[in-house]
Amino acid sequence: MTKEELKTYLEQTFPASKVEETFDFPLMFIDKSELIEVAKRLQNSGETLFDFLFCETAIDRKNNFEVVYHLTSTIYHHNMVLKVVLEDRENPELESVYPLWKAADLFENEIYDMFGIRFKNHPNLRRIMLGDEWQGFPLRKDYKDDVNVVTL
Amino acid sequence: MENQNNNLPLEELTEEFVVNIGPQHPSTHGVLRLQTTLDGETIKDVVPVLGYIHRGIEKMTESLGYKQFIYLTSRMDYLSAHINNQACSLVIEKGLQIEVPARAKAIRIILAELQRLTSHELWWGSTAMDLGAVTPFFLAFRDRERILEIFEGNTGNRLTMNYITPGGVMFDVLPSFAKSIKDLFKIIKEYLKEYDTLITGNIIFQHRLKGVGVLPKELAISLGCTGPVARASGISCDVRKYYPYDGYEKLDFKEITSDGCDSWARYMVRMEEMKQSIHIVEQLIENLPEGEFRTKAKGVIKLPVGEYYQRVETARGELGVYIVSDGGSKPYRCKFRAASFSNLGALQPITVGMKIGDLMASMATLDLVIPDIDR
Repeated sequence: MTKEELKTYLEQTFPASKVEETFDFPLMFIDKSELIEVAKRLQNSGETLFDFLFCETAIDRKNNFEVVYHLTSTIYHHNMVLKVVLEDRENPELESVYPLWKAADLFENEIYDMFGIRFKNHPNLRRIMLGDEWQGFPLRKDYKDDVNVVTL
Repeated sequence: MENQNNNLPLEELTEEFVVNIGPQHPSTHGVLRLQTTLDGETIKDVVPVLGYIHRGIEKMTESLGYKQFIYLTSRMDYLSAHINNQACSLVIEKGLQIEVPARAKAIRIILAELQRLTSHELWWGSTAMDLGAVTPFFLAFRDRERILEIFEGNTGNRLTMNYITPGGVMFDVLPSFAKSIKDLFKIIKEYLKEYDTLITGNIIFQHRLKGVGVLPKELAISLGCTGPVARASGISCDVRKYYPYDGYEKLDFKEITSDGCDSWARYMVRMEEMKQSIHIVEQLIENLPEGEFRTKAKGVIKLPVGEYYQRVETARGELGVYIVSDGGSKPYRCKFRAASFSNLGALQPITVGMKIGDLMASMATLDLVIPDIDR
């Protein structure tokens, strides 16, 4: 499907979700309780077949976090973006998509390391880059570190 | 020998132990530590420990302007520096809707393909060295040097070029550019034959790779593998074919795939890709377009509010640059989806149950670059 077709398809299939578009891909916001259900449907539905998670990351929007999933299909070669907004800054938690896409293993470890977002049912959640003794989560906008960060 | 402790036969009296391979180990090609659980010589588990060369490039981009952060990307996958710069330039051009002159596009593709050639040559040498053959390493460096000389002459740098810039390229290439590449290809084609006679046809080398490190197609898709690793598992995923940029759609080249799924398939895919890269450059070098080499971009670039994603095919797979802009002069958030990072996920599933010597063979053909993983 082209970008426009996919956008229309998503609007019709998931009427409860807000569908927008970025410069490149259609973008769908979903509630965090629906994540696994919607993702499973997108992965298995014959029309979409999003079998390839090519990028998973997070954005700190100061009031909340956004977890972003970039999906593509190795059969149809169309792409889309899924977004989940996490309001709770103190204790952000989300279901892991590892059972659906194994690529999430490393991506989610990195998000946990950099943003402190915990993923439930992740097989091995650890601070993959910085190590367990590191204080704070560097890619958060309110991260302060006078020792390690050199301001430019 | 009779076992005197109890009645169990000797072979059942084994014990698991953990061996740390790295962070300073020649076959990890950089500072990566593999926590390997072994039972005798059999691998039970591999856990990669990262972060030894983590520089926080994503954090640094948030305090640098759009023209400045491109310089950092040369240091991620330092064997694909041109292609990294190209990805960042493309995402900025997309946001600003800048049209790149035809000459700049041609120069970019020529340099990107030469870069792929250098990277694969180095990979070829280091793979052979990991498996115990030292000569190919020196041959690979000898041949790579010829290409680096062209880079140095035309861009000023050998490794971290920072030559591709938003709007085109930094400055025009030398008048001798086309001739030097034509001369180079005469030599390189002979070199590639030498590679085949020296290593590819070697039966010991083939035995070390065939059937080793099998990565089935479904698993490769699930793990998000890209590049030669995925293509050797039968996934057609070449970004240059499916999402062409800078005029790849006008060029004739084949996407090399293989259904072998093992280390040998990955080896052969890369060897063929080198020939395709030469073929691509040959099409462009004959009539390099005349004209401007750069469209002037503003001194301080401000991308409109929104999200931009650009992917390119580096020597290791898909590099994605994801920029979230808030309208300011610096990226609000910048994520580099590095090919090696996702390909690293394949290491554990393809090596468990094999012997420790096969770990080196599998790792060599995954072709990981550690600064690309850590960023």
